[in-house]
Amino acid sequence: MFIVAIGLVVAMWEAYKAVGPARGGDLLGFKILPRTNDQVMPHVWNMVKRLSDPVQRGTDQTIASVVLSGVWYSFRLALVGFAFGITCGMGIAVLLTRFKLIERAVLPYLVVSQTVPLIALAPLVAGWGGKLQVGGFVWPRWMSAAVLGAFLAFFPVAVGTLRGLKSPSASSLELMDSFASPWHRTLFTLRFPAAVPYIVPSLKLGASAAVVGVVVAEISTGLRGGIGRLIIEYARQATSDPTKVYTGIFGAALVGLGMAALVAASDLALMRHRPKGDAA
Amino acid sequence: MSAVEVTQVNKIFNAGKQNAVEALVDVDLVVQPGEFVSLIGPSGCGKSTLLRLIANLLEPTSGSILVNGKPAKQARIDQDYGMAFQQSGLFEWRTVARNIELPLELKGWDKAKRRARSREMLELVKLGDFAKHMPWQLSGGMQQRVAIARALASHPKLLLMDEPFGALDEMTREHMQSELLQICARTSTTVVFVTHSIPEAVYLSNRVVVMSPRPGRITDIIDVELGSDRNEDTREDAAFYGRITAVREALRGVEMAAGARGIEDR
Ligand SMILES: Nc1ncnc2c1ncn2[C@@H]1O[C@H](COP(=O)(O)OP(=O)(O)OP(=O)(O)O)[C@@H](O)[C@H]1O
Ligand SMILES: [Mg+2]
Repeated sequence: MFIVAIGLVVAMWEAYKAVGPARGGDLLGFKILPRTNDQVMPHVWNMVKRLSDPVQRGTDQTIASVVLSGVWYSFRLALVGFAFGITCGMGIAVLLTRFKLIERAVLPYLVVSQTVPLIALAPLVAGWGGKLQVGGFVWPRWMSAAVLGAFLAFFPVAVGTLRGLKSPSASSLELMDSFASPWHRTLFTLRFPAAVPYIVPSLKLGASAAVVGVVVAEISTGLRGGIGRLIIEYARQATSDPTKVYTGIFGAALVGLGMAALVAASDLALMRHRPKGDAA
Repeated sequence: MSAVEVTQVNKIFNAGKQNAVEALVDVDLVVQPGEFVSLIGPSGCGKSTLLRLIANLLEPTSGSILVNGKPAKQARIDQDYGMAFQQSGLFEWRTVARNIELPLELKGWDKAKRRARSREMLELVKLGDFAKHMPWQLSGGMQQRVAIARALASHPKLLLMDEPFGALDEMTREHMQSELLQICARTSTTVVFVTHSIPEAVYLSNRVVVMSPRPGRITDIIDVELGSDRNEDTREDAAFYGRITAVREALRGVEMAAGARGIEDR
């Protein structure tokens, strides 16, 4: 399925390049049709070929290896951000389930938090790098990028988990009460298992949000080592070397794919014994 | 000591507000150990409310409720009763056996003891081969039997049931009624049973409690003297029909007074 989808995208790219206007075009008066010359839309095979070229003349380090190490770096950042986002998101969901009053007070702020543009927030959080110190712990610069990833990831997870925690029927909750189950036991034996079908799709959203957060944070804070930094570096060289920037974009896609694969695996594991087809 | 002792209980929902509902007024009811008592009455007369009060899932507005001689709250904490609802309420992520073990888990039993008990309960409800199945792989009747096994898992002396067979077809329903009687006889369990069906109430019960709505109260208690060894033949018995008529007449009085509906005449 996945291979077919990639094939389709490549085919569409090349097809448009073959028939599209070489100098770009207008649609409904807007200049939106991209130009199809090699400068703007290089051939896919040229992009792939570029991967095996050396980064600089005279070294045998290929672009692919640089991109891959960037992918690995960003992937780990996204993972840390995602984990942090899940923890916060689920923690918030549990609190809101436990204290109904808090829900009405806090939920609007959660929504507002997501309307703050990440770009505006990034320099602020990046400023903590190297300066902030808690006890013996010095805030490393990479942590800022992870935090921004978490900042985007926590929201879908919080909303999905909250909905899931509230999904058990009144009679299921009464049943737990009739067993004199304390609140935290009910949380772990009833509410969380019942929430799984809601949590899994929210994790999918959260994972891609974490990647976006990390890459954008890398770009806007100039953090070295990750795929975000590679993309801006390569983009600067785009006029002379148009295929290079696409290798960076491949890399970013790879980070997203890695995260998606991780969530898909957890989906399979968690939903193994569930009835098929009626999940939320 | 009686199994359940409800004395002068009133329950008003949303007391003092515009939308206050007098769900129960001056309810007195004593259930003896080993007795099977059904609650019947039109929709909204407070049957479920009375059952929830006995289970201490609700607090009465006034009056007192004793279960096994203790205050209802203590009885709930001690898991002195088991409960089953119309929806089996099985947890779909647990196997049948682990659903039955749920109350034992919450009581802190160790695993081996739980396994042994769930095995015993599965035999009791004739589902010995289904321990490892998931609930959604079972028919509605089988799910309801698992729910009964779960309610009985900690060997409670009292079983509270709210229309447990309401969602089953007629055939399965009659079959389940006979099985419930056998199980209760074997385990000498006391039962308080809410139903909409007159024949069901008569077939199962030692006494049928007739209730009326607005405000909810007990209007009649009818003794059913059909003996303790009831079976499918009992359903053809003249005495059986006699008791059905008696309950129906008591209910008709209720309906005349309240203009209510909602009793199944089957
Ligand atoms: N949580 C609640 N809040 C407010 N009113 C309630 C609540 N629960 C029940 N009531 C009201 O109390 C009355 C009795 O309800 P109850 O559920 O006990 O009736 P019932 O006899 O079980 O009816 P049915 O046969 O339809 O199940 C109804 O008028 C109902 O609207
Ligand atoms: Mg009811």
